[in-house]
Amino acid sequence: MKILVAVKRVVDYAVKIRVKPNKSGVETSNVKMSMNPFCEIALEEALRIRENGVASEVVAVSVGPAQCTETLRTALAMGADRAIHVDVGPTTVYPLSVAKILRAIAEAEQPGLLILGKQAIDDDCNQTGQMVAGLLKWSQGTFASKVEHSQVSQEDLDLLPVGGTLPDKDIFGIIIQVLLDKEKQIATVEREVDGGLETICVDLPAVITTDLRLNQPRYATLPNIMKAKSKIIKKIPLEELNVDLRSDFEVVQVTEPPKRKAGMILSTVDELIDKLKNEAHVL
Amino acid sequence: ISTLVLGEHEGGFLKLSTLSALSAASSISKDNSISILLGGSGSDLEKAALHAASVHPVVSQVLVADADILTHPLAESWADLVHMVQKKDGYSYIISASNSFGKNVLPRAAAILDVSPITDVIEISETHLFVRPIYAGNAFCTVRYTGSDPCMMTIRSTSFPLLSIPTDAETNAAPISQVDLSTFNKETHGKSRWLKLISQETDRPDLGNARIVVTGGRGLKSAENFKLLDRLAEKLGAAVGATRAAVDANFIQNDLQVGQTGKIVAPDLYMAFGVSGAIQHLAGMRDSKVIVAVNKDADAPIFQVMDVLNNFSQEILK
Repeated sequence: MKILVAVKRVVDYAVKIRVKPNKSGVETSNVKMSMNPFCEIALEEALRIRENGVASEVVAVSVGPAQCTETLRTALAMGADRAIHVDVGPTTVYPLSVAKILRAIAEAEQPGLLILGKQAIDDDCNQTGQMVAGLLKWSQGTFASKVEHSQVSQEDLDLLPVGGTLPDKDIFGIIIQVLLDKEKQIATVEREVDGGLETICVDLPAVITTDLRLNQPRYATLPNIMKAKSKIIKKIPLEELNVDLRSDFEVVQVTEPPKRKAGMILSTVDELIDKLKNEAHVL
Repeated sequence: ISTLVLGEHEGGFLKLSTLSALSAASSISKDNSISILLGGSGSDLEKAALHAASVHPVVSQVLVADADILTHPLAESWADLVHMVQKKDGYSYIISASNSFGKNVLPRAAAILDVSPITDVIEISETHLFVRPIYAGNAFCTVRYTGSDPCMMTIRSTSFPLLSIPTDAETNAAPISQVDLSTFNKETHGKSRWLKLISQETDRPDLGNARIVVTGGRGLKSAENFKLLDRLAEKLGAAVGATRAAVDANFIQNDLQVGQTGKIVAPDLYMAFGVSGAIQHLAGMRDSKVIVAVNKDADAPIFQVMDVLNNFSQEILK
């Protein structure tokens, strides 16, 4: 099985964001850029699945300007086998267009899994994975905190009611220990949802989007950084993919959030309780 | 103008997140016909439909999709449901709360409908002009939607206060109609199965809606110390929250994480104990009315947004 991982180049998570004085956006020139942290987690998960022998190849793909090759080089240094770059130049591409590009790549590459970060830390959209899953008519396991692999028989699988609760606890126990089985083509995904942790089982091919607690991404070692230099980054021109980059948005302005007025420092609990009761009226 | 609100229900009642989405829908225009779409099966669904029909006069219609596949909110079947309802009724807006349900379902439905959704709307300024936070809330982006109908969005519940019921409200409940599922596209339905939900039972108020939130960070050092927050929360009638570091250290369960990738809260009073205030955490609580930070490190970034500092945590936790 092949795994496709989408990675995005974003402003490094540690950089303090500055809004441009003309309100046209956020300053991104002369700012450190890195792979989106959620994409690192997505790539790490793909690499672990390959290392467990379930997948044979991990392909990283990025959509964006020429500098995305740096991000892809990082992906190759972490352990991806090869990379694909869809160069769209300096234009902003919105999630729907990215999803259409990824659909085209997925149709050509035929992976068993497409893994993405659940959101990018620049636009915080949290859309692309769900959208590409919808376009491909694949199942989706979003906000994954655990993706499990092992064996499950078709009989056990057949006992799983669609959309219902399980009739037999023992079968339940078997199923949830599994997943991502080579023959049966399923994955079990534990998802971080509002009420706790939800477990679903999805047929492959599937789209998985990763949450923070899925894994701790590795660092690229020096030998692997050297090795990555000889790996291939294939450039695919947008025209080849037959996707029109439609923009459904016009950014009117980008502003700084309203500032809070300065706080005060107190040294006793009594003072605090007094202020909360009599000034802030929140107790 | 017409709007479809994707409704969530539990125990026969609409969830508060859905009432926030309703509030956002009603702020688009006075002249807006609002329908609530509910899915599921059985008596819970029937009861929730009755609740939705009479919850507020702005609701013009309740649509009920009764099918076992919709009992658990799987994105595949829900997105197909939204697609089918939209193709039939042609709404100008589709709205859901920006929670794990809305974020899972709405973008998928939008892609199938070939429109670009807008995530985390915090303000609806004009009919197609929206404000949303980017870069973990360190910048606000005003965008104009120029695409075709439906305009689809998820909204931040903390930014849309629940609608008050007008005193002269008519008691007429909105009509409830069944969605015709005979043309329901089932192509993707068997591809995803719901297995289980592990949730911690708690008698605390819901984190997203609590008036007071007490949060702990790595500075609390242990799960035992974290339990002190529970006692404080009980006294104050508060919800308990946590930073990512505290969740990663297993002090507390994941669904109480506040921040860019966790819950967004905006209570009247936010008390943070041993929280340094990484920008990712601040993103989840910066709209709180009063912020109290208790921390030994006076240089911690949280003091840039706090209102009151205090460094006597042991005493206050008694």
